[in-house]
Amino acid sequence: MSIERVWVLAEAGEAGPVSSVLELLTKARSMAPVVEAIAWGPASSSHASVLGSYGAGAVYDVGDLGDALPGVPVSAAIAGLIEAGERPDVILVPATYDGRDVAGRLSARLDRPVVTNVVDLEVEGDEVRSKHGIFGGAQVATACLTAERPWIFVVRAKSFSAEDAGGPPAEVRQASLGESVAASIARTNAAKVLARHAEERSGPKLDEATVVVSGGRGLGSGESYAMIEELAKLLDGAPGASRAIVDAGWVPYAYQVGQTGKTVKPTVYIACGISGATQHLVGMKGSKNIVAINKDQDAPIFSVADLGIVGDVHKVLPKLIEALKARS
Amino acid sequence: MNVVVCAKQIPDPSSPQSLDPETGFLVREGKLILDDSDAYGVEMGLRLAEESGGGEVTLVSMAPGGEVSGLRTALAMGAAKAILVSDDALKGSDALSTAKVLAKAVERANPDLVIAATESTDGYTGTMPVQMAELLGMPSVTFAKKVTVEGDKVRVERQTEAGYDEVECTLPVVVTVTAGVVEPRYPSFKGIMAAKSKPVDQLSIADLGFEPSEVGAAGARQQVTSVVDAESRQAGEVVVDEGDAHERVLAFLEQIKVI
Ligand SMILES: Cc1cc2nc3c(=O)[nH]c(=O)nc-3n(C[C@H](O)[C@H](O)[C@H](O)COP(=O)(O)OP(=O)(O)OC[C@H]3O[C@@H](n4cnc5c(N)ncnc54)[C@H](O)[C@@H]3O)c2cc1C
Ligand SMILES: Nc1ncnc2c1ncn2[C@@H]1O[C@H](COP(=O)(O)O)[C@@H](O)[C@H]1O
Repeated sequence: MSIERVWVLAEAGEAGPVSSVLELLTKARSMAPVVEAIAWGPASSSHASVLGSYGAGAVYDVGDLGDALPGVPVSAAIAGLIEAGERPDVILVPATYDGRDVAGRLSARLDRPVVTNVVDLEVEGDEVRSKHGIFGGAQVATACLTAERPWIFVVRAKSFSAEDAGGPPAEVRQASLGESVAASIARTNAAKVLARHAEERSGPKLDEATVVVSGGRGLGSGESYAMIEELAKLLDGAPGASRAIVDAGWVPYAYQVGQTGKTVKPTVYIACGISGATQHLVGMKGSKNIVAINKDQDAPIFSVADLGIVGDVHKVLPKLIEALKARS
Repeated sequence: MNVVVCAKQIPDPSSPQSLDPETGFLVREGKLILDDSDAYGVEMGLRLAEESGGGEVTLVSMAPGGEVSGLRTALAMGAAKAILVSDDALKGSDALSTAKVLAKAVERANPDLVIAATESTDGYTGTMPVQMAELLGMPSVTFAKKVTVEGDKVRVERQTEAGYDEVECTLPVVVTVTAGVVEPRYPSFKGIMAAKSKPVDQLSIADLGFEPSEVGAAGARQQVTSVVDAESRQAGEVVVDEGDAHERVLAFLEQIKVI
């Protein structure tokens, strides 16, 4: 049985489908002749043109979820479609917060395994080979599901590049929950969003910026992070962080680069006072160029740096900032 | 309030890890330790149980060889007891099989609140707790960076792309906590001594009503065909700062046309 039909979980923010969704649609086009999307939210139907443009022939619209978290209702809607006779071979899910929730719920509902941390996919005859990072990304395993279809893959951001195929708008099909499904999930769907808070940040987005300047525990204190922000600003870049300083509360979680944070691929990544743990590297080693400043010459970050500076961030960064200011 | 905390016991991450080339399973040798990720869950569980007045924390773990060293750490922190599922048939379990087994174990503790970590240090699939919630018929709130309980409701600050959402849910519910949500306490000497005699209920899969074909490698229904080192980058030039390293950085940025 060859791979005929791929579904992509099309999570969207206010500005439309998130970039990972466009990456997954692009990949899906090369995997199967039929590509379809699953969308939800108040404006889900309005995304039909961009989803179509990237390759979705149709979009199943689950509709507005109100104040519910997507995990339960969206997985129930997908399971409902499958029960009603739709037969996707593969379901591709972006590795976002909600994406993981939907994949986990769906896996248990359908009794299908789910492969996570996927960084590459390849169709080989009747099989799909997935590559996923293990040991914090230090090694890559190739796996192949032997379970019944659909096969569920949760794919890391930026594993594929997004290419617009210029397709026509996707046909919108309703996949609304229906009363019986809504009743059956009433209990599991009990979590309600009371309020949404956005942590404002100015400048380019971390995962889209061409320059990323990240700070780690080597900065010594939260106050020193101001140097990272200033340098990022001078270079029209975005400031980022290791998990150590996010956990310490120096910067919000949205700044985190790595396994649990953002995946970035800027023209240049400047790591300041970051040791280079595998879980950090997995989020930034796809950068075109890497500069590292660390006082320990044996820090693992130097093994991926194009330019490594063995030095103290408190000495190097102020001079770098002054020199850049002098130029502008 | 009965709080159940998932406590994964893993090989020490600071020692090298590998997969068995024959089976493709994680090699688990030597003593296992409490996953750091779960130390946050244990701390959170202890605080919520204490605040609720008269609650206790039950640990739930699935690990090979009757391993309890990681559980003892969590018991020393203050958990009251533990349920350990250990069975040779569980070798090679994936997240879904683990969820099936742990869901059955969790049910036995009759929880008001189930806490897990957003992802484990060694497996980091991050899906197990949600799969378990679905099997338990419970709601779930993932990526919690703040958790409070009032009456029969839990309030969670849940991380999002943009910032965080305030989420409310009636108990019982599965909550996954992020690293840094609270500062885990160090076990006291008294705690360590007391932990030695706290009950650990060890169960086999048969005790939980499973057949060997449903769990472990058989249940995982996937095959690892190869494992290779991730593509590594070439290390470039390394310069020791003599007071002028910033000039090297500037020159490099010019060369790649960033400035
Ligand atoms: C499941 C899991 C997921 C994870 N996800 C992530 C993730 O998404 N992102 C992430 O970053 N981490 C992640 N981690 C954590 C990761 O393992 C490391 O603990 C973390 O990246 C370390 O952060 P750091 O480099 O800032 O701190 P450290 O490892 O403490 O390194 C600090 C560095 O600063 C250097 N230094 C100290 N003083 C100075 C100075 N004055 N000048 C210059 N250099 C100095 C030191 O030599 C050292 O190399 C994860 C871990 C787990 C288990
Ligand atoms: N074998 C296990 N025993 C106890 N808890 C587990 C086990 N596996 C996973 N968990 C819990 O589920 C979380 C997510 O695990 P994972 O899906 O491996 O990322 C872990 O951090 C634990 O809290």
